[in-house]
Amino acid sequence: MAAPFDLNDDSVVVIIGTGAGGGVLANELAQKGVSVVALEAGGRYLPEDYINDEWESFGQLAWLDPRTTSGDWRVAKDFSGLPAWIVKAVGGTTVHWAGASIRFQEHEWKAKTTYGDVAGANLLDWPIDAAEMAPWYEKAETKLGVTRTGGRAGLPGSNNYKVFEAGARALGYKEVHTGRMAINSADYDDRMACQQTGFCFQGCKWGAKWSAAYTDIPRGEATGNLEVRERAHVARILHDASGKVTGVEYFDKDGTLQMQKARIVCVAGNSFESPRLLLNSASSMFPDGLANSSGQVGRNYMRHTTGSVYAVFDKPVRMWRGTTMAGIVQDEARHDPSRGFVGGYELETLSLGLPFMAAFLDPGAWGREFTSALDGYENMAGMWIVGEDMPQETNRVTLNHEVKDQYGLPVVDVHFDDHPNDVAMRNHAYRQGVAIYEAVGATRTFPTPPYPSTHNLGTNRMSENPRDGVVNKWGQAHDIANLFVSDGSQFTTGAAENPTLTIVALAIRQADHIAREMGKGAL
Amino acid sequence: MSQHQSPRGLTRRELLKSGVAAGAAFVVGSGFVLHSREAWAMETKALAPATMATLIQMARDIYPHDRVPDQYYAIAVKGYDTSEAAPAIEAGVAALDAAAQGMGHASYLATPWERDRVDILRSMEGGPFFQTIRGGLVTGLYNNKEVWPIFGYEGESYSEGGYINRGFDDISWL
Repeated sequence: MAAPFDLNDDSVVVIIGTGAGGGVLANELAQKGVSVVALEAGGRYLPEDYINDEWESFGQLAWLDPRTTSGDWRVAKDFSGLPAWIVKAVGGTTVHWAGASIRFQEHEWKAKTTYGDVAGANLLDWPIDAAEMAPWYEKAETKLGVTRTGGRAGLPGSNNYKVFEAGARALGYKEVHTGRMAINSADYDDRMACQQTGFCFQGCKWGAKWSAAYTDIPRGEATGNLEVRERAHVARILHDASGKVTGVEYFDKDGTLQMQKARIVCVAGNSFESPRLLLNSASSMFPDGLANSSGQVGRNYMRHTTGSVYAVFDKPVRMWRGTTMAGIVQDEARHDPSRGFVGGYELETLSLGLPFMAAFLDPGAWGREFTSALDGYENMAGMWIVGEDMPQETNRVTLNHEVKDQYGLPVVDVHFDDHPNDVAMRNHAYRQGVAIYEAVGATRTFPTPPYPSTHNLGTNRMSENPRDGVVNKWGQAHDIANLFVSDGSQFTTGAAENPTLTIVALAIRQADHIAREMGKGAL
Repeated sequence: MSQHQSPRGLTRRELLKSGVAAGAAFVVGSGFVLHSREAWAMETKALAPATMATLIQMARDIYPHDRVPDQYYAIAVKGYDTSEAAPAIEAGVAALDAAAQGMGHASYLATPWERDRVDILRSMEGGPFFQTIRGGLVTGLYNNKEVWPIFGYEGESYSEGGYINRGFDDISWL
């Protein structure tokens, strides 16, 4: 049977969300001949639709449905209704991402074993390791066309990168380069080479950056096995008396409640919406929500230990010219507790346009201390910190029954407190970032607080033992065999690396597993 | 830009004669604010002209950029000149003037030193009036494309083919 599929067709795999996890999974399954209905809450925007204007693009792409926040993180004060900066559109946050595509380090799959007991942290080893993931990483790098892998050349260095590189070399850093990026350095896979236009966060108008929106999604649709329903907001996952999931209820583009039957349901709505959906699907049989016998659904929310360092020089940099993320220092990504914390961090260049710099450099600040910094905008260079943060059971996504969304569904409250390890790591990274820029003559530096989260991880984590997490090593719910989690919420720990490559590798691997199990009649 | 035009067909000279000097740069008259140095005027509909002049000065004092003319601060706060917004703004500016008087000045606008005006603002920065004005300026001022060139920011480059051949790597001072 070919797409479009009937609401009563209970042979389809329903995938909720079409980003790095769901979008890739949908295409991979469709390529294997599996019938897939993908339900996407947002609309469809393609390169010709993307807007190279920060606020206007934010209005077009960002997930702006209501959410609430609590905890000691500054985001809860400065952006109380916007805990995350992620996308509501076909392709999900792969429209917005900067393209950094780096593998986990071997020890990061085994955080508990490597770091030992860290007070207050709910550390756990992944039930998979680097050897298991190596072939899937290779497939992911090939799919995304990652530079500096598979014989693909690196991107050229921009002004922002050159400042960063010179400072890093002056400090003696060795692993300094223009990154392994899912941005074409030469034409690849029917996508053109990067034109150094900037606005990577607003969607690549050239299609030089990989996004599921214009690669995996249309290719899956071309097989006839994938139907993507846009503006379809899933409210609830349904199950039968045996505890197997049977379909999903969703509000269609007209706000009408529909029910799609399913053989298998895969949840890929990012680390807020995925646990929200499981919790909102509570029933008399599963009063604490689906797949939640461990009580871990929504817990262990991780967002990476982030922050930025901007610096002003006495001469122009014009950091906005070229890719938003243009290079990396990897020397600090190692695990070296002598620095006063476990785990490590990456430093990656970043630039914001003037409108977002005004909003994010020091939210809430005013007066000349703030405005004199912006007066130096043209002479500014910038970098972002991405470090491993500690999973904590109390960092948690819960349902806020006091606040309802446009469909009358309880929204999520996102609670986050920094762990002392996170604070120690961020302060170390601020010092090193400042030192990099001072080494090349910065006259003023700005250790900038974390933005609303773009890396949202861990709220349905993977575990060997069903007691410790929500899904097994395939992303399959411990409690419900035909329910899968396919996004970054299945991360056991966050590692120091940008998560998209790992989400894609896990999705390719999960598609292989699901198709194989379906073929055996096990699912 | 409507505020470049003289209201009601008056010449600038006539406006200057009909208005009352307020602060260093503003002349307020009946239904208009005139900027004597930058040679523009804006009509006000719902707000008292003196209130609008105060608001423009407050905007500059919150985000002072010496290379940005008052005109852009005026554009950033112009949206408050509506019948819905006016009561809260009038009350906020009255509180601002009261705070100025509490510190020995005639009014906020008549406080000559920025340092003193900033002290007045600090006394109010926790309140909703200050936070509304400040929050609105983050986009009202910095998202105005006419302001960007003053900061050197070039905005979108897709229409010109990006920077691949236009200086993405042209830094020469390293």
